[in-house]
Amino acid sequence: MRNISLLSSLLLAAFSATAAAQTLTLVSWGGSYGRSVERAWVEPFIEETGIEVQIEDYNGGLAQIRAQVESGNVFWDVVDMPTPDAVRGCDEGLLEFVPVEELPPAPDGTPAAEDYPPGSRSDCAGGGIASATIVAYNDELFPGAKPSTLEDYFDLDKFPGRRGMRRVPVVNLEFALIADGVPLDDVYRTLGTDEGIARAFAKLDTIKDQIVFWEAGAQPPQMLADQEVVMTTAYNGRVFNAQILENQPFTIIWDGQVQEASGLVIPLGTPRLDIARQFIEFASSAQSLAAISKYISYSPTRYSGNALVSTHEDTGIEMAPHMPAAEQNMRRALHSDWVWWADNRDEMNERFAVWLTR
Amino acid sequence: MSSATDTQIEFIDISKSYDGKTMVLPNLNMSVRRGEFLTLLGPSGSGKTTCLMMLAGFETPTSGEIRVNGESVHNLPPQKRDMGMVFQNYALFPHMTVGRNLSFPLEVRGMAPEERTRRIQRALEIVRLEGYGDRRPGQLSGGQQQRVAIARALVFEPGVVLMDEPLGALDRRLREQLQLEIRSIQRELGVTMVYVTHDQQEAMTLSDRIAVFNDGEIQQVAAPETLYEEPVREFVARFVGDNNLLRGTVQTVDGEICKVQVGDGLVEAFMVEPLEVGARTVLAIRPERVVLSPSMEYSNTVDAHIDDMVFLGDHLRVHVTIFEQPDFVVKIPNFIGQGGILPGDSVRIGWTVIDCRALPDESP
Amino acid sequence: MVNPMTDKRLRAALLAAPLVIFVAVTFLAPLALMLVRSVYEPAVADSLPATLNALAEWDGRDLPSEETFRIAGTEFVALNEVRALGSVATRVNRLQSGMRSTLLGTARRLGNDPPAGSWRDAMIDGDEDWAEVSTWLAIRRAGERITPRYYLNALDLDRGAAGEIVAQPEDRRIYVSLLWRTFLISATITAISLALAYPVAWLLAHARPARAGMLLLLVLVPFWTSLLVRTTSWIVLLQNQGVINDLLVVLGIIADEQRLSLIYNMTGTIIAMVHVLLPFMILPLYSIMRTIPPRHMQAAASLGASFWQSFRRVYWPQSLPGVAAGSLLVFIMSIGFYITPALVGGRTGQLISSMIAYHMEQSLNWGLAAALGAILLLLVVLLYLVYNRLVGVDRMRLG
Ligand SMILES: Nc1ncnc2c1ncn2[C@@H]1O[C@H](COP(=O)(O)OP(=O)(O)O)[C@@H](O)[C@H]1O
Ligand SMILES: [Mg+2]
Repeated sequence: MRNISLLSSLLLAAFSATAAAQTLTLVSWGGSYGRSVERAWVEPFIEETGIEVQIEDYNGGLAQIRAQVESGNVFWDVVDMPTPDAVRGCDEGLLEFVPVEELPPAPDGTPAAEDYPPGSRSDCAGGGIASATIVAYNDELFPGAKPSTLEDYFDLDKFPGRRGMRRVPVVNLEFALIADGVPLDDVYRTLGTDEGIARAFAKLDTIKDQIVFWEAGAQPPQMLADQEVVMTTAYNGRVFNAQILENQPFTIIWDGQVQEASGLVIPLGTPRLDIARQFIEFASSAQSLAAISKYISYSPTRYSGNALVSTHEDTGIEMAPHMPAAEQNMRRALHSDWVWWADNRDEMNERFAVWLTR
Repeated sequence: MSSATDTQIEFIDISKSYDGKTMVLPNLNMSVRRGEFLTLLGPSGSGKTTCLMMLAGFETPTSGEIRVNGESVHNLPPQKRDMGMVFQNYALFPHMTVGRNLSFPLEVRGMAPEERTRRIQRALEIVRLEGYGDRRPGQLSGGQQQRVAIARALVFEPGVVLMDEPLGALDRRLREQLQLEIRSIQRELGVTMVYVTHDQQEAMTLSDRIAVFNDGEIQQVAAPETLYEEPVREFVARFVGDNNLLRGTVQTVDGEICKVQVGDGLVEAFMVEPLEVGARTVLAIRPERVVLSPSMEYSNTVDAHIDDMVFLGDHLRVHVTIFEQPDFVVKIPNFIGQGGILPGDSVRIGWTVIDCRALPDESP
Repeated sequence: MVNPMTDKRLRAALLAAPLVIFVAVTFLAPLALMLVRSVYEPAVADSLPATLNALAEWDGRDLPSEETFRIAGTEFVALNEVRALGSVATRVNRLQSGMRSTLLGTARRLGNDPPAGSWRDAMIDGDEDWAEVSTWLAIRRAGERITPRYYLNALDLDRGAAGEIVAQPEDRRIYVSLLWRTFLISATITAISLALAYPVAWLLAHARPARAGMLLLLVLVPFWTSLLVRTTSWIVLLQNQGVINDLLVVLGIIADEQRLSLIYNMTGTIIAMVHVLLPFMILPLYSIMRTIPPRHMQAAASLGASFWQSFRRVYWPQSLPGVAAGSLLVFIMSIGFYITPALVGGRTGQLISSMIAYHMEQSLNWGLAAALGAILLLLVVLLYLVYNRLVGVDRMRLG
């Protein structure tokens, strides 16, 4: 599938190079998030500039960008990318720098440099959307006491039943340590030691028999709806969609949420660098970032953007309570440490895979 | 030779339909004697194979009963019927050597190895393929493969051997050679044989008796000579050997002899079965029994006009028109002094009453 | 004067050329590239020539000299300025977790604030990893152009301090067991497919044409259904609260608490993959069985063999080429299967391909992905050779 889109974009790139040089190729994630990007950024951008935008989907990772950059044939212009990948791509020289001075200031004139929380942005990225991995449960399965903390996710005695969990170490190791009593600030320091890693896996061990692993973001809401699991980790936007658009009786436990940011990057050497920068500048304004939250419950990373969050475009409901960065949801929230993960991801993946088979 | 009353196989009121609608065999009665070589002869599609398959147990009769040695075989599966079968395309197992092919029926019977070797040896001798035991069927010629198939059907000494057009795929010379071999093997072993062919020549060569099939019905069962000399049905007269057929109406009847109006002439004929005056009949006259310039003993003489003459080495085929109908064939042996006739000539031809058989007219 | 023979050959060559080129470009070249990548890793050597040169002299026991620290530090800073240190850091990090931030952090610090005095002290002050011998060993080892380490890693091995081959720590030994599991699951899938496909192929081959056509259609339907649709239906059918479990509970065959785990585990992978791969078993079987005359079974019966004797001795041996082709095809395809196990495999139903995909797409450790791929390739080729010995490829039909 991906190869086909790759091939077609190759053909398209070859074609458009001669016919219409000014078509921007934006690569994002598809699904409901992809539609938000289209409505919040792409349509207004086309209206404002008249530049054609071609949207493509991908599944993350740097592999395709690396292939394009190394072959000198770059046909992706702007890519919507998780911050850890953006940082790595930036370090490896696969991405153009996006100087923070070129990003628009906040509505009140605060320069962009002061408007992004420290460490939330790669030097090669603009934009800035935060999503959260949270635990959600199906109300109908808990007629009595309802789980409310991350500890409850790991407590099979109090809340028996199977748990859904994404089949990767990222976030899950953090969840395990938080639920095991490690303070937020110490999570990554603890993970930096062998004992800490062992502790995280030991905590995961306590529910291992009851875990149903998922792979794609669409799976956990479905598993909850099918009552295949009583609780599951999930992306908050997906659960929001199920709650609001499909009226599913799901509840999000914001306690212990782990936030990950994503940004917009430019593969090094795109022949359409100008319009790529133009698009990033457009999408990085507080208004544009806040516009995303009219369609899906992901937060702008910019402080000023968060202040502009209003109501859901299609249903009119107030979005604030559903946002990862909303104050009431942030009482116990961890920002994923992309530096730690960049250093340890391969090893953690191996250990996690070993743990899975044991 | 076994006694004529020793019946081994009986088809009793057998009917068969594959699709529940059309009757392939409407009502068949037939018996095979022990040690006999019986051939089912008939054109393609006349139900011979069906007959054989029911006997072998691969098809079940729609109604009626098949008995072997006096007992119904209705509930006997093929493997229990003790019948060796030779298929048209040999059906040798290509992944086994000739020896293994022959060994197969012995092994499934749990025969001891020494006995197996002995029997295989003997069977290969019978079909004159000694020394071929280690070849694979694919390495043999068509004739050799057919011999293997025969050997395989004989090696376990079945009570009956069935063969379905076993020589159909071979060329004429080979076919004739194998016919003689099959006959001598059968005579030598005294095994009961039911043999299917559409080739009347072959049937004549091989059989003790021949059952002539047409449209699922047996026309006549008889020894080859009888079949040739005394056909009782128009179909048999036509199918077995050459025959001139003349259609006409019975004018007078006198004992077994009748006079038949054919065109503007009157022909005297021998009645196979009693016919009424006025009945339509068909007269069968063998071409080789017709003579030129007949002498006085010939009860039937008629003027003929020679249309054509074909020289065929040992004889001449003369096509003449009699009773204003063309294509009456006269076969003249090629011996010195014959001839002196040419196309266009008018001659007188004749035949005896015994050589002119009046059969019921079966034309629609 | 054109020799007609040469002309003919030329024309044949021209006709075949597009395919040959296509295969060379889309298959042989990537394959060769992959094999090269699995042993050849020049990036670090090309980027850090001076440092590696200095480390070549080093005894590997005590910390390197001040001079080496200076050369290395200078080189890190220079590389970082041209944005080339990141890919070096990623590669060294594979040998020792944490080296990425150590290298990038050090380069940033040294670039902003070049040491006035000892480079050694400055670097160790900034990151105490530099005081570890293992750090330097990792850099030196990462600088090898031709390296067996991807193959070692793919076999859960590593090299110790003195370069000797040692087993990975137990909590990182994953690939060998995954390979085994892949083989076991693939063998199971092949066996089940064969058991299910054989009777169907038999029916197809020997049924009347109209009925056979219908059946063939049914066999091919999975080909035409999108993977996502199929996955969804498996989930609906197989999950804990799914149709099959509900049915079993309603029928009283199992109690409500005993619902079977049919998906998100190895069972799920096997069921789903058998479904996907069944046609690849049926079609070769069918094409072979069609060449086996039904007369053979009748002949065997007339020779006195029971159905099972006839089948075992006459039909089965003749169908073996189809069995071999189908099994080989299904087995090889299962080994490389990726999406289905990812979606329905849960914890225990993952295959080695998931790791290869991870290293291709996420970790960008293409060398390790290539080594894993090469090992799979080798095993498949071996298997093929064995099959060839046993069955003969010329007798094999693929449909
Ligand atoms: N398996 C079968 N299914 C349906 N009809 C058949 C089958 N075998 C034979 N028939 C029909 O039965 C008739 C007699 O066939 P068969 O016994 O093979 O004749 P023969 O062997 O004399 O040529 C033919 O009309 C043929 O089409
Ligand atoms: Mg026939």
